[in-house]
Amino acid sequence: MGWLSLAIWTPILFGAVLLALGRESQAPLVRWLALVGSVISFLVTLPIYGGFKLGTAEMQFVEKAPWIERFNVNYHLGVDGISLWFVLLTAFITIIVVIAGWEVIQRKVNQYMAAFLILSGLMIGVFAALDGVLFYVFFEATLIPMYLIIGIWGGPNKIYAAFKFFLYTLLGSLLMLVAFIYLYTRSGGSFDILAWHSLPLSGTAQTLLFFAMLAAFAVKVPMWPVHTWLPDVHVEAPTGGSAVLAAIMLKLGAYGFLRFSMPILPDASREWAWLMIALSLIAVVYVGLVALVQQDMKKLVAYSSVAHMGFVTLGFFVFNDLGVSGGIVQMIAHGFVSSAMFLCIGVLYDRVHSREIASYGGVVNTMPRFTVFALLFAMANCGLPGTAGFVGEWMVILATVKANFWLGLLAATALISGASYTLWMFKRVYFGPMVNDDVRQLSDINGREFLMLALLAVAVLWMGLYPKPFTDVMDASVASLLQRVAASKLN
Amino acid sequence: MIDRFSWMAIYPELVLLVMACVIALLDLLDKRLGRPVAYILSVLTLLVLAVLSGLYASSGQTVYGFDGLVVSDPMANWLKCFAALALLVTFVYGRSYVADRGMLRGGEWFVLGLLSLLGVFVMISAGNFIVLYLGLECLTLASYALVALRRDHTTSVEAAMKYFVLGAMASGFLLYGLSMLYGATGTLDIAGVFKAIASGQIKHQVLVFGLVFVVAGVAFKFGAAPFHMWIPDVYHGAPTAVTLMLGAAPKLAAFSMAIRLLVEGLLPLAIDWQQMLGLMAIASLLIGNLAAIAQTNLKRMLAYSTIAQMGFVLLGLMAGVVNGNALSAANAYSSAMFYIVTYVLTTLASFGVIMLLSREGFESDDIADFAGLNQRSPLYAGIMAVCLFSLAGIPPLVGFQAKLSVLQALVSTNLPAYIGLAVFAVVMSLIGAFYYLRVVKVMYFDEPTSTSSISAPLDMRAVLSLNGALVLVLGIVPGALMTLCAQAIVQMLAT
Repeated sequence: MGWLSLAIWTPILFGAVLLALGRESQAPLVRWLALVGSVISFLVTLPIYGGFKLGTAEMQFVEKAPWIERFNVNYHLGVDGISLWFVLLTAFITIIVVIAGWEVIQRKVNQYMAAFLILSGLMIGVFAALDGVLFYVFFEATLIPMYLIIGIWGGPNKIYAAFKFFLYTLLGSLLMLVAFIYLYTRSGGSFDILAWHSLPLSGTAQTLLFFAMLAAFAVKVPMWPVHTWLPDVHVEAPTGGSAVLAAIMLKLGAYGFLRFSMPILPDASREWAWLMIALSLIAVVYVGLVALVQQDMKKLVAYSSVAHMGFVTLGFFVFNDLGVSGGIVQMIAHGFVSSAMFLCIGVLYDRVHSREIASYGGVVNTMPRFTVFALLFAMANCGLPGTAGFVGEWMVILATVKANFWLGLLAATALISGASYTLWMFKRVYFGPMVNDDVRQLSDINGREFLMLALLAVAVLWMGLYPKPFTDVMDASVASLLQRVAASKLN
Repeated sequence: MIDRFSWMAIYPELVLLVMACVIALLDLLDKRLGRPVAYILSVLTLLVLAVLSGLYASSGQTVYGFDGLVVSDPMANWLKCFAALALLVTFVYGRSYVADRGMLRGGEWFVLGLLSLLGVFVMISAGNFIVLYLGLECLTLASYALVALRRDHTTSVEAAMKYFVLGAMASGFLLYGLSMLYGATGTLDIAGVFKAIASGQIKHQVLVFGLVFVVAGVAFKFGAAPFHMWIPDVYHGAPTAVTLMLGAAPKLAAFSMAIRLLVEGLLPLAIDWQQMLGLMAIASLLIGNLAAIAQTNLKRMLAYSTIAQMGFVLLGLMAGVVNGNALSAANAYSSAMFYIVTYVLTTLASFGVIMLLSREGFESDDIADFAGLNQRSPLYAGIMAVCLFSLAGIPPLVGFQAKLSVLQALVSTNLPAYIGLAVFAVVMSLIGAFYYLRVVKVMYFDEPTSTSSISAPLDMRAVLSLNGALVLVLGIVPGALMTLCAQAIVQMLAT
C-alpha cells in the first residue's frame, strides 16, 4: 500500500471506527480519537511532499491495480505538482476542523467527527485519482457526509441548504458522468485520465464535453451564475462544514478544470476561453460588490469566496504559466484564508449566537487576542502583501495584464472591492463603541481556539512571505499542462 | 446437452414442491411445534437450494430438459440462487412481523411463499411458452393469496382484488400474444420460435401484433409504465412482508421472462421491441420519479421508485442490439441483470428496516414514522440511508455501479438517440435523488416522535446488517458480481 492510499484510507478507517464504536457517553474519548486520527492522517501525507521529485510533470507515487475489470476501471492513483498541495491542505484543514468542533458539538459527536474524517479521505481521493470512475466515485461520495453535516448540525434553515447543496452539485456531476462514459467509449474502453489527455476529439464533441464538464465544475467552484447555492449553504452549515466547504470542496471544481477540461479538451477550452474569462470577471467584480452589502458575516465571506474563486478560473483561462500557477496558489491560499475567516465567525457565533454584523461592534475591547488573529486573516482576505492572499491574486492580475491590459485592469479593481467589504465588516464588528450587551460579556479565546487560529496564522504568513515551496512543485506540471492546451487535438 | 428426462434440470423445482407440501402437512400435526419448525425448515430449504443453484451455476453447464421444455443454464441458476436467497431473507425479516399480525394460521405464509418461488423458478427455467405461462400463473396465484393473507384488513383485501383483476388481465394479454406467435410460427418452443422468425418466412405484421401483447405482459411483471397501476396500490396495501415477497424475487423472474421471450425467442424482432421498451422506459422514469415526490407513505414512495428503477432495467435491455448488430448484446443484458440483482438486494434491506420499525398493531410505513431514526438507532438509520443513497445512484454504493453499467451500455452504442436517452435518465435520477434524500432528511435531521427502543430478533439483526453492508461493499468491489452476470449472459447468448 502506497502513501497515497494511506492518505486516503487512514482517515476513512478512523471515521469508520468512530461510527462503529462511538457512544454518546464517551464523547471525550471520541474527540481525542478523532484528533489522533486526523493528526496521523496528516502525518502520512508528509512523506508525499518529502519524496516528491521536482522538475518533472510525470505522475508520482503512482499506484495502479485493477478494480472493475469488466469496464477496465483501475484503482489508479498519483499526484503531480498540481494536486500535491491539495492532498496536504485537505489533511491539514481536517485537523483544524476537528479542533474547531471540540466543544461546540455536543450532539452525536462520533458521527460529526466521523463525517469529517471520511470526507477528508474522499477529498484526498479526488485529488489523487487518475481514473475517471475512481475520480467520479470520490467526487460524488463527498456529497453524502457534507449533506449530513449541514443537515444534522446546521442552522435554522439547514434543510433547505442541505437539499440545495446536494441537488445543485449532483445535477452538474451527473452530466459529467455521461461525458466520462462517452470518453470511455471513444478511447476504446479506457477510463484512464492520462490516456484521455492524448485522445483526439472532434470540435463538436469537444464543445459538448466541455459544457458537460463545465456543468459539474462550474457548480462546484462555484462560478457566476451558478454560485447561488454557496451563500445559502455557508450560512446554514456548522462552522467546521463551512471551513471544509470553502477550503477544499470548492477546489474540487477548479481542480477539475486543470485535470479534465483543459488538457482533454484543449480546442474547446481555447474556443470558449472568452466565456470563462467573462464569467470569472463577473464573479470577481460583480459578486465582489454583492459582498459589500451583506448584513450576515458568513454570507459576506461566502460571496467573497465566489469572488476569489473567480480569480482562480480567470488565471486558468488566460493560458499562461503565471496565470495557471497563480490560480493554483490562489486556491491554496484561499483554502487557508477562507477557512480561517469562517472559524473566526464561528468563534464569535459560539458566544453570541448571531452572525449579523449589526449584533457586534467593539469586540476588540473584550477579545483583544482574538482580534489580532481576525485582523491578520482579514488582511489576507484583502490580499495584503506578506500574507497568503497576496501572492495568488498578484500573479493572476499580472498574467491577465499580459494577456490583455483592460481585462487586467478590471480584475485589479477587485482588490479595491475586496479591501472595502472585508475592512468595512472588520470595522463594524471589531471597532467602534460597544453598543451590544452580548459584546460586553465576551470572553477572549481559550487555548483550543488559540491553537487552531495560530496554526492557520502560521500557514497564512508562511505562504505570504515564502511562497517558493508552493510554486516550485507546480512549475513542471503547469508547463506541461500549458503545452497540452496549446496543442490541437482535432483530427 | 439434450436429455429426454433430465431430472437434473428441474431438481430445484422438485425440491421446492416437495418441501412446500411437507411444510403444509407439518402444520396439521402439531400447531405449536409446527410454526418454529416450519420456519426453520423453510429457511434451511432455501439455503440449500441457493447453495446448490450457485454451485451448479458456477460449473457453467447448460442442460436442456424434457425436449427443451426447460433450460438450466448459468443465468437461470444464478437467478434461482438469488431468488431463493431473497425469499430466505424475506422469511427472516418477516418472522415476527407476520406472527404479530396473525398471518401464521396454518403455515400458509411459508407454503404460499415457497409456491410463489416455485413459480419464479419455473419461469426462470422456461424453454417453452406454456411452461413460462404455467410458472407465471403459479407465481401470481400464490401472490394474490399472499396479499389477501390478512383477510380482516380492508386495505390488504382491496389490494388483493386490484392485483387479481389487473394481474388476470395481464396474463390474458401475455397468453394472447403467445398464441399469436404460436399461430404465426407453429411452435411453442422458444428456440423454435427464434428459428422460425430468423428464417424470414413469416409475415412481419402478425409477429409484431403478437409481440405487442407479449411486451405488455412482460412490462406488467416489471411494473413498467404504462402497466404500473397495480404497483403503488399493491405495495401499499399488502402487509409489508408480502410487499417484499412481491418486490424481490418476482423481479428476477420478470427479468428472466424478458430475456427468454424477447432475446431468446424474438431477437430478430429486436428493432420492434426496442422502440417499445424505449418508450416504456421513458414513461417509467417520468411517472415513477415525478409521482414518488408527492408520496407521504414510504411504501408507496418506494413503489413509485421501483417503477423508475425498472425504467433503467428496460434501458439496459434495449441497448443490446444496435442497427441489427448484436455485438454489444452481452454488455447490455448483463448490465440489466446486474441492475436488477442489486435492486433486489437494496429493496430487501429497505423493506427490512420498515418491518423492523413496525410493531404489533402499528404499521410504520409513513415517511413521518422515520423521524429521528438516527437518534433512536444509528445502525438501522445507517442501513436505510445506505439503501436510499444506493437507489439514488450515489457512489460508492452499489446502485451507482448499476446505473453506471446501464449508462455505459447506452452510450457505447454511439447513437445520438441512445446518448440522449442516457442524458434523460441521468436528469431523471436527479429528480429521484430528491425524494430519497427527503427520507434521509426525516431520519437524520428531524426530531423523533417516539423514543421507544427498537428491538429485533438476533437473526434479523444479523441478516439486516449483512444486507446493508453488502449494498456498500458491492458498490466498492462490484467486479465479481459484474463478471458473474456477464458470464451468465454470454453463456445464455452462446447457446
